Amino acid sequence: MERTRELLVNMGPQHPSTHGVLRLMIKLDGEQVTWCEPDIGYLHRCFEKLSEQKTYPQVIPYTDRTDYLAAMLNEQCYVEAVEKLFGDAIQVPERAQYIRVMMAELQRITSHLLALGSMAMDLGATTPFLYCWRDREKLYSLFERITGGRMLYNYFRIGGVRNDLPEGIIGTPQDGEDKSDKTIWGFINYFDSYVYPEWDALVTGNRIFQYRTKGIGVLTPEQAIAYSASGAVLRGSGVKWDLRKNLPYAVYDRLEFDIPVGSNGDCFDRWWVRQEEMKQSSRIVKQCLEWLAENPGPVMAKVPRVLKPPKGEVYHRIEGARGEVACYVVSDGGPNPYKVKWRSPAFTHLQLMPLLVPGHKIADIIAILGSIDVVLGEVDR
Amino acid sequence: MEWWYSLPPTAQVWIGGFLKGTLILIWGLLNFFVCLMLERKLSAWMQNRVGPWRVGLWGWIQPVADLLKLWVKEYIQPNNVDRWLYLIAPFIGFTTANLVWLIVPFGDKLIATDLEIGIIFIAAVTGYDVIATFMAGWGSNNKYSMLGAMRGAAQLISYEVTMVMSVIGVVMMAGSLRLSDIVLAQQERGLFGWFLFPQIIGFIVYLIASLAELNRAPFDLAEAEQELVAGHHTEYSGMRWAMFMLAEYIHLAAWSTIAASLFLGGWNGPTLGQVAAGLGNVLNGFGAFVNPVGTAVAGWGLSIMNSTVLNWIAGVFWLVLKTYFFVFLAMWIRWTLPRVRIDQLMDLGWKFLLPVSLFNIFLTGTLRYVAVTFDGLPVTIGSFTLRLLGWWL
Repeated sequence: MERTRELLVNMGPQHPSTHGVLRLMIKLDGEQVTWCEPDIGYLHRCFEKLSEQKTYPQVIPYTDRTDYLAAMLNEQCYVEAVEKLFGDAIQVPERAQYIRVMMAELQRITSHLLALGSMAMDLGATTPFLYCWRDREKLYSLFERITGGRMLYNYFRIGGVRNDLPEGIIGTPQDGEDKSDKTIWGFINYFDSYVYPEWDALVTGNRIFQYRTKGIGVLTPEQAIAYSASGAVLRGSGVKWDLRKNLPYAVYDRLEFDIPVGSNGDCFDRWWVRQEEMKQSSRIVKQCLEWLAENPGPVMAKVPRVLKPPKGEVYHRIEGARGEVACYVVSDGGPNPYKVKWRSPAFTHLQLMPLLVPGHKIADIIAILGSIDVVLGEVDR
Repeated sequence: MEWWYSLPPTAQVWIGGFLKGTLILIWGLLNFFVCLMLERKLSAWMQNRVGPWRVGLWGWIQPVADLLKLWVKEYIQPNNVDRWLYLIAPFIGFTTANLVWLIVPFGDKLIATDLEIGIIFIAAVTGYDVIATFMAGWGSNNKYSMLGAMRGAAQLISYEVTMVMSVIGVVMMAGSLRLSDIVLAQQERGLFGWFLFPQIIGFIVYLIASLAELNRAPFDLAEAEQELVAGHHTEYSGMRWAMFMLAEYIHLAAWSTIAASLFLGGWNGPTLGQVAAGLGNVLNGFGAFVNPVGTAVAGWGLSIMNSTVLNWIAGVFWLVLKTYFFVFLAMWIRWTLPRVRIDQLMDLGWKFLLPVSLFNIFLTGTLRYVAVTFDGLPVTIGSFTLRLLGWWL
């Protein structure tokens, strides 16, 4: 006797839209998904254990490689955690703080651009993805000139940043599109006048896109908090929580910006929050640029040759591109960290999949996965 | 031509058929070549890229290089496939794509087989395309292929209904299912009388439905790269995979040609004759030739459109131009829009497009009945007679 059965499908680890090496096991009833379970660990690189063998500054390049799409935000988290361990022994110059914030916000723009681009790609629109690469490319060339690296920078140091901004990279507020890949002001103006409206018109305002994302993968505020979601996923559900505002670190308390908040908690809201955040990031970058142009100074504090933080432990969290990036560092007074624990938002968000996916169609899995924006390097570390 | 008619009829059929078949295959491959290159170049230009650039002049020999590469590639056949289904499916798809060319009128009498049931033939051939998709999906023994095939079958069958319904308006206007008759009817009506104008609803429905028929984005659910890897042809490699690609692009070109023939006047271009005929018909309000000036202009326009070799060449030129207008449109849409979901696709097909196309049939019937009964509602102003519903006569 034949009977109908649910179809178990392995999506991944090699699949066009799993954003890295993720395996999703799903059970299908026709097109309907009844069960979903992510299987992770394909990219595990022993980051946390490895850190115990390295000196404090040597860990910084490894933090780059967790969330490789927002490397500088991870560096910021780790570097600030270690500085916290030192207490008053290391005074980070103000200019370095501003440079860090500016770079972090530019990094947030690149990260969100890719998140939006790949989500559009997952929904079948290929062209926006390529536009996102075009714009990211401009920023990456800027990063290359500032830090020497395009993707993994090792730019933030314990006590400041590696080097000051190169001559002429800030530009002037009048820089337009033609100078976009030359100065930061040029890029920001290009972003405000061109990139943001284009995204808004091409994808966000697109009717099919809205049909595909509105009402899909609804995450209620209670669920979001219960699952300890953060970043755009939390704010998309309507919870106004942003560490830059709620627990200001670096110089965020001196900068003006808004926190965009969604209302329905569906894929579209998460998308919209990211898009608006890019705009707020550009606002922050502008303020930083104005400050940096007027206040030259040192970018590196006086730090000892060998960094040996006093005994103790510290937990530091910042607002990463995907949510709260947090770092727990334990020091036993030696040159190596006793323990480094990394809290990655993507790992936390991936556990939303079994909650959000069942009841939707196959195509919605991809939309939901794109909207919670996981980076597998960060999930597995 | 004496020697040709002196041949026995059986020989005529066989030799003629062979020649026609060869020509159609060559024409199909030519179209594949151009379509593939256009797709790559257009997508590249839309996405700030340069596209293929190295092989040949501006990269235009790239498709040949691709096909050669695929030709010599290893054919990977997974375990436990349904062998015959798996092997035959690509070729069925390829054949059905080419079959559409059989009934395309490239010029007056320049047509491979002037079937009386042309429109029904198209629908039937598309039916085979569903079979190819499903054979590939079922035979591959792969879950993604199976899902893609199920989607493809559901989609093609539902949109085929819509597509045929949207064409019925044209059939009512021309009074024939024969494609050459439909084009000739448009030729007589002139430039402004092409069925695009009186059948604008049917035209738009046909465009959307044929995008779905062709499995083109935003309706490329059967392949849905981001969801189902490659849908029904996930497990194919080498030339067998290329057969699916060939079929896709030949299908695209063939469908565009059909659309051009049905709605844009087929082989008729905006030539002097067509413009004159159109102008004359407008002056007459598409009715009986009452206005002497209109009659004269239209008559002159039609008289310069004979079936000469020169007109044939011009006809093929215009047809190809219109075809590639549609091809461009399909590509433009593909590289702009996201993909719809399967339930939204079904909703669009059954709940919106089908009722609209049925309404179009009703509207066409009503307008045509009124127009015929009252001779196009003539309004006489002095010696000038305007026929209000002349378009639908």
